[in-house]
Amino acid sequence: MSLVLLIDFGSTYTKVTAVDRKARALLGTAAAYTTVATDINEGLEKALADLQAMLPATVDLKNIQRFACSSAAGGLRMVTSGLVPALTAEAARLASLGAGAKVVKVFSYELTEEDIEEIDSLRPDIFLLTGGTDGGNKACSLHNAAMLARCKSEFPILIAGNRSCAKECEALLAGREIYRCENVMPRMNQLNIEPVQNKIREIFLHKIIRAKGLSQARELISGILMPTPAALMAAMELLAKGTASQEGLGDLMAVDLGGATTDVYSMAQGLPQSEDTVMKGLPEPYAKRTVEGDIGMRYSAGGILAAAGADKLAALSGLSPGEVEELVEYVTSHTDVLPQSPESDPRLGPLDFALAAAAVETAVTRHAGSLEQIYTPMGLSYIQTGKDLRDIKQLVATGGAIIHTENTAAIINRALYSRDNPFSLKPKKVNVFIDRRYILAAMGLLADKDPDCALAIMREELEFHGA
Amino acid sequence: MQGKTLILGVIGADVHAVGNKILYHAFRQAGFEVVNLGVMVSQEEFIEAAIETAASVIIVASLYGHGELDCRGMREKCQEAGLADILLYVGGNIVVGKQPFEEVEQRFSEMGFDRVFPPGTLPDAVINALEEDLQP
Ligand code: B12
Repeated sequence: MSLVLLIDFGSTYTKVTAVDRKARALLGTAAAYTTVATDINEGLEKALADLQAMLPATVDLKNIQRFACSSAAGGLRMVTSGLVPALTAEAARLASLGAGAKVVKVFSYELTEEDIEEIDSLRPDIFLLTGGTDGGNKACSLHNAAMLARCKSEFPILIAGNRSCAKECEALLAGREIYRCENVMPRMNQLNIEPVQNKIREIFLHKIIRAKGLSQARELISGILMPTPAALMAAMELLAKGTASQEGLGDLMAVDLGGATTDVYSMAQGLPQSEDTVMKGLPEPYAKRTVEGDIGMRYSAGGILAAAGADKLAALSGLSPGEVEELVEYVTSHTDVLPQSPESDPRLGPLDFALAAAAVETAVTRHAGSLEQIYTPMGLSYIQTGKDLRDIKQLVATGGAIIHTENTAAIINRALYSRDNPFSLKPKKVNVFIDRRYILAAMGLLADKDPDCALAIMREELEFHGA
Repeated sequence: MQGKTLILGVIGADVHAVGNKILYHAFRQAGFEVVNLGVMVSQEEFIEAAIETAASVIIVASLYGHGELDCRGMREKCQEAGLADILLYVGGNIVVGKQPFEEVEQRFSEMGFDRVFPPGTLPDAVINALEEDLQP
């Protein structure tokens, strides 16, 4: 059978996508409200019925292979700890984000009594404990393991710190659900995120699906494979790198602009471009994801206003700063308003344009690396932290807010490299592709199984939207 | 000295990279675990690397003449970061031009450096000093 069904359990919608692998073609997509609180199958069945109705009777969705990803019930919520903020704590955060987690808190140095209370109230799905290079500092991991042992709530703990004390940490946490893998930073400035990410995925598969009530849908599904952002990451990596028989797009960036958060992905090495630039800080992973929790088109519109300022949003929208402030407040409390609907305030269109441009700019600026000028006795030198993305030529836009907005390319282009801020290493000029039919997560799921099919469909479906 | 970790780097805005590589290889050959941070290293980077790797010594090189400015306050920052007892070495061409070395040594000692090496010091001298200072 060459038909596959791909399911994305979201926090508000369940999306289904049917693919014919032999023809390398997308058969159709549909979406329905997700109902985790009651029974996740309701949303799924409704979406399936809608999809079935669109397809010829010869296509039977009942007995075909199904793969799913999920960001329902808050997604994969993680808390991490490391030693130095810029080193193991950052490595742990990067690894977790790359695994598709929502990192709700990052701790560094020694956990305190108050921290333990906070962790208890956060109730993470997974806690990632790191600290020290292999053979390096043990005191921090040992202290933190002993503190975590006192948590009242139960959650899996993944130990990925200094291997010299991993066993002792395990002993301190005896009786809890613990996992262990290689150190996330085994040597100074050496990232080792894959073992951590594989373990996170394993824990997600075995534990979290059940805890979130998603296992009811499980019998129907060959597997809920990963959190949705991890599927997006897989899709972007495939699209960039290609397969043995199909070329990829090369280095690229993707922006997922949502109502509450904005995710940015980059598939690029991002090394310094010139000889007078020295790279500092942790090396960056080729496949990198960042999440801006304060930047989003509705729930987090206030965060965009705070980051960009009313004057800038006014200039982008043509509204007055006062109008901007008033409308931002309005959309924050009316999160389902769309500028397209005829009864909406006509000023919402320009406002959404400005919000989207400022959101993308803020999120991309935070994701991209930066240069710092250093005056040396010999003249100017530069220190680069993060990735140099100036040469990226392709950008993929996804997420409700951006794909429903008109003029996506104009939004993106306002958010790129600018001479006003020349030390922010954002892309200079890009081709914009839009995920109009919301297929990226589904293609990320398919990428595991049939990368050639997933890539062919992405290349076909992603809508080129100008440079 | 198997297993002892050293942090090595050239401090400040200094880009002299050749001596740094020579020192790196010499220290490794002598059996040390060497974390080489390369050139243009800030005080904070030295200290953060030492924390994560539980290093015994930080070896600061400065070649371009601004060593004194660049090294100021480093011992205090180590104390703040919980590394009060870490050994601090400094060497290269740590001041501008030719100044009487005793005076230079005195100034850097007062800044909290445990060993101050004159220009032209060979790696062996540093290794001997390390072996002496790291005696259990
Ligand atoms: C090559 C060179 C450069 C190159 C560096 C290229 C590179 N990326 O490495 C360039 C052209 C960029 C350069 C620039 C400058 N340089 Co220059 N440079 C030199 C030169 C000619 C050779 C350095 C070298 O590589 N030597 C070979 C290596 C193996 O030796 P080394 O670096 O001295 O290291 C050995 C020892 O010093 C010791 N050592 C080194 N570090 C440490 C640390 C410790 C703890 C210990 C114990 C020992 C130790 O061990 C090493 C191995 O044996 C020297 C002059 C000289 N002959 O030394 C000047 C020299 C170092 N530069 C000098 C100066 C002033 C500059 C500039 C400020 C301006 C200028 N006049 O050009 C700029 C500064 C740029 C910057 N931001 O850092 C002066 C420094 C004077 C001072 N300290 O008072 C020197 C001494 C020349 C001089 N006599 O005026 N320079």
